[in-house]
Amino acid sequence: MSIRSNAILEVDALERRFDVSAPWLNRMIERKPRRTLRAVDGVDFVIQRGQTLALVGESGCGKSTIAKLVTGLHPPSGGNIRFHGDRDRLQMIFQDPFASLNPRWRVGRIIAEPLRTLRPDTPMDQVSARVDELLRIVGLVATDGSKFPHEFSGGQRQRISIARALAGDPEFLVCDEPTSALDVSVQAQVLNLMKKLQKDMGLTYLFISHDLSVVRHMADVIAVMYLGRIVEIQPTADLFSNPLHPYTRLLLETIPDLEVPNRDRNPMGGEVPSPVSPPSGCSFHPRCPLAFERCKHERPQRRADVHNRRVACFAAGQS
Amino acid sequence: MNDIVLDVRNLRVEFPTRRGVLTAVDDISLQIRRGEILGVVGESGAGKSMTGMSILGLLEPPGRIAAGSIHLSGDRIDNLDDRAMQSVRGRRIGAIFQDPLTSLNPLFRIGDQLTETILLHTRLTKAQARERAMDLMREVGIPAVEERIDNYPHQFSGGMRQRIVIALALCAEPELIVADEPTTALDVSIQAQITALLKRLCRERGTAVMLVTHDMGVIAETADRVAVMYAGRLAEVGRVDDVVRRPQHPYTAGLMGSIPSLRKDVAELRMIPGSMPRLDAIPAGCAFNPRCTHSGPRCHQEIPRIGVEQSGAACWLQTQGDVA
Ligand SMILES: Nc1ncnc2c1ncn2[C@@H]1O[C@H](COP(=O)(O)OP(=O)(O)OP(=O)(O)O)[C@@H](O)[C@H]1O
Ligand SMILES: Nc1ncnc2c1ncn2[C@@H]1O[C@H](COP(=O)(O)OP(=O)(O)O)[C@@H](O)[C@H]1O
Ligand code: SF4
Ligand code: SF4
Ligand SMILES: [Mg+2]
Ligand SMILES: [Mg+2]
Repeated sequence: MSIRSNAILEVDALERRFDVSAPWLNRMIERKPRRTLRAVDGVDFVIQRGQTLALVGESGCGKSTIAKLVTGLHPPSGGNIRFHGDRDRLQMIFQDPFASLNPRWRVGRIIAEPLRTLRPDTPMDQVSARVDELLRIVGLVATDGSKFPHEFSGGQRQRISIARALAGDPEFLVCDEPTSALDVSVQAQVLNLMKKLQKDMGLTYLFISHDLSVVRHMADVIAVMYLGRIVEIQPTADLFSNPLHPYTRLLLETIPDLEVPNRDRNPMGGEVPSPVSPPSGCSFHPRCPLAFERCKHERPQRRADVHNRRVACFAAGQS
Repeated sequence: MNDIVLDVRNLRVEFPTRRGVLTAVDDISLQIRRGEILGVVGESGAGKSMTGMSILGLLEPPGRIAAGSIHLSGDRIDNLDDRAMQSVRGRRIGAIFQDPLTSLNPLFRIGDQLTETILLHTRLTKAQARERAMDLMREVGIPAVEERIDNYPHQFSGGMRQRIVIALALCAEPELIVADEPTTALDVSIQAQITALLKRLCRERGTAVMLVTHDMGVIAETADRVAVMYAGRLAEVGRVDDVVRRPQHPYTAGLMGSIPSLRKDVAELRMIPGSMPRLDAIPAGCAFNPRCTHSGPRCHQEIPRIGVEQSGAACWLQTQGDVA
């Protein structure tokens, strides 16, 4: 298939289950069965080299779990992930710039770490020259290398995380909510930096966020997730001009829009159900204004024929 | 008829530390009328919560109100003792915080917590109070109230807990609600439910609301007027539409430009260089001057203020039309 020709990452029927049963003894006494949580439940997407694919969705829908599966922090329970690149050149940026940097290390050492592990025989002077260069690339100065993380603001710490990720000369970055902990003005600095780096270095991003406006700004392709599944995936412009899944439509109607504030919205009712006992059939059916009988019994199937342009809904032109 | 519910004048909050006195809130004046929602927006550390906590009388020592006054429907409340303030807080001001668990006791059933609060502030009997608790739960949108009233907080989702906190805040029919990031921990679909609920209840009851958040989108959807804070000071105050569409203060304009749009494609987001100064390093004159592309000599010497009419921008470009 031609669309796959330049793919760097292919994810097929990916699943990840977690055992969330009560401890064995409790189960015996209370006669409770084992319980399984399907955090990721049959997910497919393809990322083209040099592009950004975004995963967007509400808390608990499985975004971070996919990030961990792709980076190899979790093994999948089913399906597969094919990475057509150099595993050593796959790096991750996390949401929390406070927790992800070792507080006892100087910034220079933090940034140099991937370099030291990947290419341990790099001479010291080359390492420090590279650290200086990386600090400059992310908009800090060489002297910042001798400071500790606590001496920096949130946005600066996220720049340090980015510099560290760049140290391993990555081609693919998994970014899990990289700006969610930042104020909007600082977020703008980090997003602009990430876009510039992508252009300059030809990076590919798997970009995770719960913020549709951020995702719109960053992504070429957007996958909207609900309860462990991708309910809709489309190129960014199409997703916004012609959202197909009822959940996507409701989300777009619900989120505050600064350009057209709507004081009298009718918010989407209900809540995201527990992933331990998801609703039967289409898991969105209890909240869906278009749901009909079939939706309660049958799960809209993934169709693998057209990549990155799919909707899982009986009412949206899919059988 | 004077319908001003909250009147904050020249509020100043200080934290004495070993290295000197830090000013977290500096000369803030705000008014909220009956039935009005005032949004207070700004980046983290701008002083939003300290302003809210001062009004609630919940500043943690050594933090203290160092200057100014706070009046609630004409009564001065910033100099009350703890007991009197506690009663004002229960009866006349309701509080909603980001984490609903700070307002709920994990050991007591939801219904009992509501009933207790109602009994404390009204003359109802226990049975009547429980009826009223169920009404309130219905009003804030809890489904199957008869089944849920005897649940514990941990049995509720985050969104439902926040609904209960709103119900608690409403128990005594307060004149004012201070809501500090009430939707920040919630998902977007739940966020919209909670803001819609807050808006409806306040409209119906004529409650004045101070809605503190870092999210300009929430403010644009919910508030009537907005106060933008920067480094402990007011940068701009005005009607939401005006501030969102035609920001007067260079900081507000930068803030608006840095938010990615849901409609327009921009190659690059507008950036405000640098970051908000720390409290121990606030520059002389306008606190925004190191980051401002319009700054002139005057900006480095004199602090700009919002005029007596309490709307507009604290900027020399606006007030006196000259930065020189
Ligand atoms: N190690 C684990 N053990 C059990 N359940 C887990 C584990 N990790 C994740 N989960 C569950 O899997 C589901 C998906 O979690 P995940 O962290 O991927 O969500 P997310 O989309 O990243 O959410 P958020 O927006 O809150 O970060 C959730 O229900 C979560 O509770
Ligand atoms: N106990 C304290 N001691 C010193 N400074 C404090 C204390 N509590 C808060 N501050 C400072 O007061 C400023 C305003 O804080 P806050 O009102 O919480 O900001 P926000 O706008 O994020 O709600 C911040 O710079 C904060 O660091
Ligand atoms: S399959 Fe049915 S319930 Fe699911 S989104 Fe489509 S119409 Fe709604
Ligand atoms: S007072 Fe001066 S420095 Fe401050 S915002 Fe206005 S122009 Fe900029
Ligand atoms: Mg996550
Ligand atoms: Mg705060």
